[in-house]
Amino acid sequence: MLARRIIPCLDVKNGRNVRGVKFSADKDAGDPIELAKRYDAEGADELVFYDITASAEKRDIVAELVRRVSEEVFIPFTVGGGVRTYYDIRTIIEGGAEKASINSAAIHTPEIITQGAESFGSQAIVGSIDAIRRSNPDQIEDVCWEVVINGGRTYTGRDALEWAEELVDLGAGELVLNSIDADGTKDGYDIELNRMVAERVDVPIVASGGAGGPEDMYAVLSEGKASAALAASIFHYSQYSIVEVKTYLAERGVPVRPKIEIDLT
Amino acid sequence: MIAVVNYGMGNLRSVQKAFEHVGAKAVIVDRPEDIDAADRVVLPGVGAFGDAMNNLKTEGLIAPIVRAISEGRPFLGICLGLQLMFAESEEMGQHRGLDILPGKVKRFPEGQRVPQIGWNEVRIQRETALLDGVPDRSYFYFVHSFFVASERDEDVVGVTDYGIDYASIAGNDRAFGVQFHPEKSQDAGLKILKNFAEKV
Repeated sequence: MLARRIIPCLDVKNGRNVRGVKFSADKDAGDPIELAKRYDAEGADELVFYDITASAEKRDIVAELVRRVSEEVFIPFTVGGGVRTYYDIRTIIEGGAEKASINSAAIHTPEIITQGAESFGSQAIVGSIDAIRRSNPDQIEDVCWEVVINGGRTYTGRDALEWAEELVDLGAGELVLNSIDADGTKDGYDIELNRMVAERVDVPIVASGGAGGPEDMYAVLSEGKASAALAASIFHYSQYSIVEVKTYLAERGVPVRPKIEIDLT
Repeated sequence: MIAVVNYGMGNLRSVQKAFEHVGAKAVIVDRPEDIDAADRVVLPGVGAFGDAMNNLKTEGLIAPIVRAISEGRPFLGICLGLQLMFAESEEMGQHRGLDILPGKVKRFPEGQRVPQIGWNEVRIQRETALLDGVPDRSYFYFVHSFFVASERDEDVVGVTDYGIDYASIAGNDRAFGVQFHPEKSQDAGLKILKNFAEKV
């Protein structure tokens, strides 16, 4: 049976530092490769690298990061953050990543999703949506979600559920739903958002924003119908290990990939 | 030397790096004579079956691949590489494969999300050096829309359930194919690559 996935997310600046990692005596604590290797060893199913570099050398920095990761870590990984052009996607995929994640650029130039899917397959193109809750003007009782871009600074006026469907029609093979309301709260994922999108589209949904512990992951993977749960700080700060999360999920009947010991020497 | 065959069907770098990680030397090659010179041959690949066979044919790679297998040099097909080992595919029309194993490549039936993407279990059907030290029901990373229906039970080495049970590892003697990506399947996948490099 296909396993539900647990995905640590690393916000990387200049290819060298992971944001939000606790400082300690270990000077490598913030090195994305060291952290990636740790998560790999703990049983992460996938990794997401979100590049937050803002400089002219961005593409070279991303290429170097992808190359280093693909030499050290042998699980699938996704790279996002400022992916704007076909060449950005190509740099990421040809460097050895499985997927490129596209957010704001898809609003401005939707054809980038189609171009990417035609060249590298839908499975390589992730549509990433930042969504914020709104009261629904038509039905007072119900909520809806608006798509925001540029890290939450720009409101697009687009309905997130409709945008999700459009992204899939354009060729996205997976969607990441990041709840701006839940992000950073540790109060749990936006279950309703995930469930409503999962019921509308056929591609896997990756829930993002709000993870405070294993119970939140259980909720979004069961009730929320997500295929994967993404988290950053609870893992970076070693609040919970991936093994703990997976044990919790397995005890409640969620199919997960168990950690196994294999002698590679 | 392990030859990783490049025929324009996807990125081979990860496969090469994974072999290096387990201490094996792998070289990406695209000429028939490089395949003839190799001790072991790996045929990776993602994409469409028909395109893949056309590319292999155009580049003159079919004969050296078949020769390597018939001479008993270890062979490993990965993902599309497994599918190409079979006689034919019904992916977008009918296509002839390398015809090393009898059987067909078919599309997953309705009712499952296609492609299958993610980690799934492999139930080992028989012992082989390729799987030495790999526990039964280990998880591997899959990305595919088509599966192989083997005609002979003895060619089915591992089985995976995705709505139906299908052969996720197939082969005989020294020519094997795996539907998953061992280069992206953490230690279980690396172990298979190491076994292929050292024991098959």
